Formats: sequence, structure tokens, C-alpha cells
Amino acid sequence: MWEKKPVLLIVLATCAILVGTIVTMVLPFAWVNTEADRIEGVTPYTALQQEGRDVYIREGCNNCHTQTVRPLVSDVLRYGEYSKSGEFVYDRPFLWGSKRTGPDLARLGGKYPDEWHYKHMDSPRAMVPKTNMPDYEWIRDYPLDPQMIQRKMETLGFPYTAEEIKALEGKTEMDAIVAYMQKLGSDIPWRQATKTEIVGDLNNPYVGVDHDTMEPWEALYSENCAACHGEHMEGEIGPELIGDDYDEEILFELIYSGISDGGMPSFSSLGTDKVWKLVNFIKYYHQGEDH
Amino acid sequence: MEKQNYNYAIVRSFVIWSLIWGLVAVLVGVIVSFQMVEPDLNFPPYLTFGRLRPIHTNAGIYGWGVGVIFATFLYIVQRLCKTPLWSDKLAKFQLYFFNATIIASAVTLLLGYTTSKEYHEMEWPIDVMIVILWVAFGINIIMTILKRKDEQMYISLWYMMASIVGVAILFLVNAAAEPVSLFKSYSAYAGTNDANVEWWFGHNAVAMALTAPPLAMFYYFLPKSTGVPIYSHRLSIIAFWSLIFMYLWTGAHHLLWTPVPDWIQTLAMGFSVMLIAPSWGSVFNGYLSMGGQWHQMRENYLVKFLILGITFYGLQTLQGPMQAIRTFSAFIHYTDWVPAHIHMGTMGWVSMISFASIYFMLPRIWDREVYSIPLANLQFWLVLVGQLIWSISLWVAGVLQAGMWNAMNSDGSLTYTFMETMVEMYPYWWARAFGGVIYLVGLIIFIYNIYMTVKKGEPTAVTTATAEGRA
Repeated sequence: MWEKKPVLLIVLATCAILVGTIVTMVLPFAWVNTEADRIEGVTPYTALQQEGRDVYIREGCNNCHTQTVRPLVSDVLRYGEYSKSGEFVYDRPFLWGSKRTGPDLARLGGKYPDEWHYKHMDSPRAMVPKTNMPDYEWIRDYPLDPQMIQRKMETLGFPYTAEEIKALEGKTEMDAIVAYMQKLGSDIPWRQATKTEIVGDLNNPYVGVDHDTMEPWEALYSENCAACHGEHMEGEIGPELIGDDYDEEILFELIYSGISDGGMPSFSSLGTDKVWKLVNFIKYYHQGEDH
Repeated sequence: MEKQNYNYAIVRSFVIWSLIWGLVAVLVGVIVSFQMVEPDLNFPPYLTFGRLRPIHTNAGIYGWGVGVIFATFLYIVQRLCKTPLWSDKLAKFQLYFFNATIIASAVTLLLGYTTSKEYHEMEWPIDVMIVILWVAFGINIIMTILKRKDEQMYISLWYMMASIVGVAILFLVNAAAEPVSLFKSYSAYAGTNDANVEWWFGHNAVAMALTAPPLAMFYYFLPKSTGVPIYSHRLSIIAFWSLIFMYLWTGAHHLLWTPVPDWIQTLAMGFSVMLIAPSWGSVFNGYLSMGGQWHQMRENYLVKFLILGITFYGLQTLQGPMQAIRTFSAFIHYTDWVPAHIHMGTMGWVSMISFASIYFMLPRIWDREVYSIPLANLQFWLVLVGQLIWSISLWVAGVLQAGMWNAMNSDGSLTYTFMETMVEMYPYWWARAFGGVIYLVGLIIFIYNIYMTVKKGEPTAVTTATAEGRA
């Protein structure tokens, strides 16, 4: 019957298509982004952050970076607290992505100091030698357009002040994208909440380690520390490490938990063994050398 | 014969333009595959991976995929309805507007005007163009069907009509946005809602643009090529209705473990597994139609393309549901496994069927015998091997990286940093680029073969006449 009546076929096909559409696409609007999943502390983007977000979109960063941490052990250990719906209510469009050629960025905000981001955007390979991320130092040449950004804020209905718009004058797209990255995932105080409380005594498993044993640990240092503290611990974005006199235990805690307001990331995901190796390497490797 | 009345000129034009955009898509694909391994091949601001990758995907889907849909649908609808197109003028407009839209898309994406929504990156003015284009196309097809000579509509026509309606609904809903300027807009939806709408669109664009239309082609060109009818009409009815009903529930399998509500994810997972049935309904219908005809796999290159195509469809629709299961998705999602899956579908299924369809139409729309069947066979092996190297290397890469991401030490910490897992990908990315180059060579041979057919092919004689008699 429908095989002989094209209009009937179109009507029936439309109905067939609409059932699943209504249930899984239309109905969720009743639950998602409502009061039920609001999170206090989640704020709209500032003018500078929003412009940074638009640069992120324009350059297609979402082709290689996701922005959603799944409630899975390896995701949470690697990136931080899993993502919650209420954290994305101001995201138009969403930027969860579909491929992690590079790491997830949902919890990037506050992980590194601004300076790290500027350097990394200029030349990712200067910080992470084997990365395939292209250089973005060229976006420093593009000044922001405060008028346009004001229009964007109006369209989005985000609050802003005249001073805020004025302050955009003279800033570049690089400033904007760094501001955006520092906002990512930082609206909830997850770092404080998930900080490891170390109980009992910390015992260095490598007491009295000799120089030769430590030699292979240099790779561990190069990969995780050198970008900020220099290839030879001479200090750069972060302080010089040679000759500091922290206790082994304090150094362990600093590396393991990071310094959240000092821009030092936590390296707990490396595990205690590697962190102890780093403690010993940093404290004793260059001991007795001339510098 | 009413052959003279049929508008083949428009089919010829769409064949040519779909080939041009197909070549662009594959070429850009090869370029970005080298950018993945060698970041110095990024030339900002325009020629960076971030801007070129959407050009690759959109040229592939809308330039090549939809271009072939236009060519084959306009051909099939005239043949099956035994009547010329409803409006030649509208078809002509569609051709010019199609190319204008694709060019505008490529230029604006290069300039960085993008919504970031996958497979829907073009900004709102181009969305408007796409809507106009699709309406023009849809009206012409449907009006032609309305004035058909045979009352009974063949399977291909069902899939064509469903795809016209389906794409229209999907595209319109996902396109909703608030413009700031001519080149910038913000999605009408936010966060989790936006994600859910986008993947309802994204997954079903695959259904309505890259599944239903190639099925329409397969159901038409397979019996035409073999000379024997489709095995079961009843099976095709069941497969058709269950396919278009079930597909729409599955979008959220792209969003497993994200903040999208669990019940949507669970529905998506369940329906994805159920989708194996209608998908394989068509696969079996294809295989069983070959009963007593398998010798044609040796003798008829068209059959080779078609049967390999439907085989990849079968594999694709088994692998897809597997990835849609939560536990497996937790392991494999976000790795290189996923592009490998997609490319089996696009390079294996959709393109194989498209190659066969174009080869079949060539002698009928140009009145020339295909220039070289050995070249067609060479092309077959190149695109097959190229695609297999492409996909298999990235499946291995995906499993390797997923394993490394999840590896844990005895104290519960992660064994590898992200970078340690990423550097392991380079050899596989090289292999993928190599596979892409082989595929590109295959495509160039295809285009050369068509060019020579048009230029130097022998005028058609007996074969077409027989085929004509069967139509």
C-alpha cells in the first residue's frame, strides 16, 4: 500500500524518524541545564575568556583535544575530577570533542602558570619535545577587537563591564586563549577536594642512592620537570632546584600534590615510586658537581 | 526507447563535480595525515591541521558523498520512474548552487569561520545555502516520483525519500544558532544539550547521508549489474523500516560516560546493538541475491566493488555497535580506533558503492564504453589495500594507546604519561599516511579512467541496449 503512495511513505518515514528523535533528543531538554544540575560557583566567561574560547574554536583545537573527563579510573587519575553537566551551562557550543590526539583539557585551568601556556603556545616542542602540536606563536600578532567582543557578550547575555571591555585594548589573541585555558574546569574547587592527605611517615625507598643508579632517572626529570625548571635544574618558569634544602618528605609532598596557587601541577599520577625517584634525583644527582 | 528524454546531462555534471570534490577531500586527507606526523607541515594561519581537517571531512561528506548522491539519485529516479526529471531548470540550479556552496564552505573554513560542531562546521550563511540546495533537490526528486509511470515504487526510492526527509530534519535542528555577525554565531543550545543535539545530528547524518543513500544505490545497481533481482522483497521492507526507526535513538553512543543523562546513553547503547539486525538484513539480502552468481565476482568488476562495499557495510555495522557498548567505549573511545572505524565506512562502504555506481552509469550517460576494465581492476585493488592499511594500522594504534592509557602500577598510579602513549602512535600514523597515498593513487586512476572514457571510449553498442531493454 505505502509502496504505491509516495506521500504516505514520506509521512510514515517522518513519523518513524521522529519517535527516537523526540525521546532521546527533545525530551532531555526537560532535565538538562535546569535547576537540577546547576552548580554554584560556575560562572559565565569573562570577555577575555570568551574571546579566547572563540580563538580555540576558530583554530579547531577541538579536533585534537577533548574537554570532558569521564568517571573512569584512568581518566580521573590522569586529568582530575570527572566532568559534570552543570559545568557546561555557559558553553555555546559545547567543546567536548571526539578525539584525544592531545590530552583532555577539561581540568587544565590552574594546572600551569600563565607563563607556561605562553611558552607552550609559542612552541609546544620547546616544552614537550615529541609533541605533534603545531606552533601558535603567530596569534600574538592579532590584536583583539573590543567592539566585536562586546557584541558577542551581548549576544550570549553574559555580564561584563565597560572597564573589562576597555582592558581588552592592546591585548592579543594569545592573551585571550591563555585566559580561557586558565578558566577550564576551575569553577569547582576540585583540586582542594581531591588533594591527597599523606598520613604516617614518608620513607625514602632510595636512601643513599649512588649516582649511577640515578642516571636513568634523568629521563623522568626531563620529561616532567625540565620544561619549567630547566634541563639542568637551573630554573626558568619555576625556580632553580639546585641547592635547595627542602627535606625529602617536603619535596615529595610538593611534587606529589603540587602547589595549586603557585602553578606547580600535581604529579601524583606518576605514582609514589617515580615521585621518590624524582626527589632523589633532584636532591642528590648534581651534588658535588661544580656549578 | 524513451532514453532521449532523460536528463543525463545533469547526471554527467554531478559525476564530474563529485569527482573533483572527492579528489580534494582525499588530497586534503593525505595532507593532514602528514601534518599529524610532521608538525612543521602546518602553515598558519590557513593551512593548519585544525582548519584543514574540517575541510577534509566536509569535502568528503558533502562534496564527494552528497555529490554522488545527487548524481545517482537524479539518474535512478528517472530510470525507476520511467519519466524525465520534473524540472531540468531546478536541477541545473541545484548543480550551480551545489558548487557555490562547496566553494563557499571550503573558503570560509580556511578563513577560520567555523561553528566547531563536527560535520556541521560551516557558519550560518552556508547553512542557509545548504537548506536551499537540499530543498531544491528534494522537490525535484519527490515531484519526479509523483509523476512516475510505474505505480509500484522500488526499494531504492524508499531509501531516497527517507534520506531526503531525514537529512532535512537533522540539519535544521542542529543548525539553530544566534548570529553575532555574518561569520560568527553561537549555538542555540548550551553544554550538555548542545552535545546531545550535535551527536543526534552527527550519528544520523551518517544514517541519512552515508547509509540510506548508498543502500538506495546498492539495491538498484547490484541487480542491474548482475542481471538478477534482489533476493527478498519482504526482507528489504523489514530492513528499511526498522533501520530508519532505530537509527535515531543511537546518537548518544558518541557520548558514553559524558555528563549526558545515563538513560539516554543506555537507550543509545541498546538501540545500537539492535541496529545490527536491519543492517545485516540488507547485507544478507545482497549476499543471497548472488546465489548462483558468485562467478560474477571474477568476471564482472562492478560486482566486485558492490559486494566488497556491502561487506564493509556489514563489518562496519558490527564494529559500530560493539563500540557503542559502555565497557568497550570506555576503553577505545577518543583513540585512533575511531577514525579507523569511520574510514572503513567512508572508504570501504560508501566509496566502493559510489565507484560501482559511477562505472555502471558511465556507458549509459556518455554513450561510451568504459575505457579500461584492467584499470578499473587496478583501482579496485589500490583502494581496497589502501583502505585496509589505513584502518588496520589505526585499529592497532587505538588498542595500543587505550592499553597504555589504562595501564596501572601496583600502587594504583598510572604507568604512562600522556606523552609516553602519544609517541608510540607515530609509526602507525606513518602507516596511515602511506595507506592514504595508495588510496589517493587509486582515486586518480579512477578519474583518469573516466576522463579517457569520455575522451576516447568506444561508442556503446550492444550492452547498453540490452540493459536498456531490462530497465
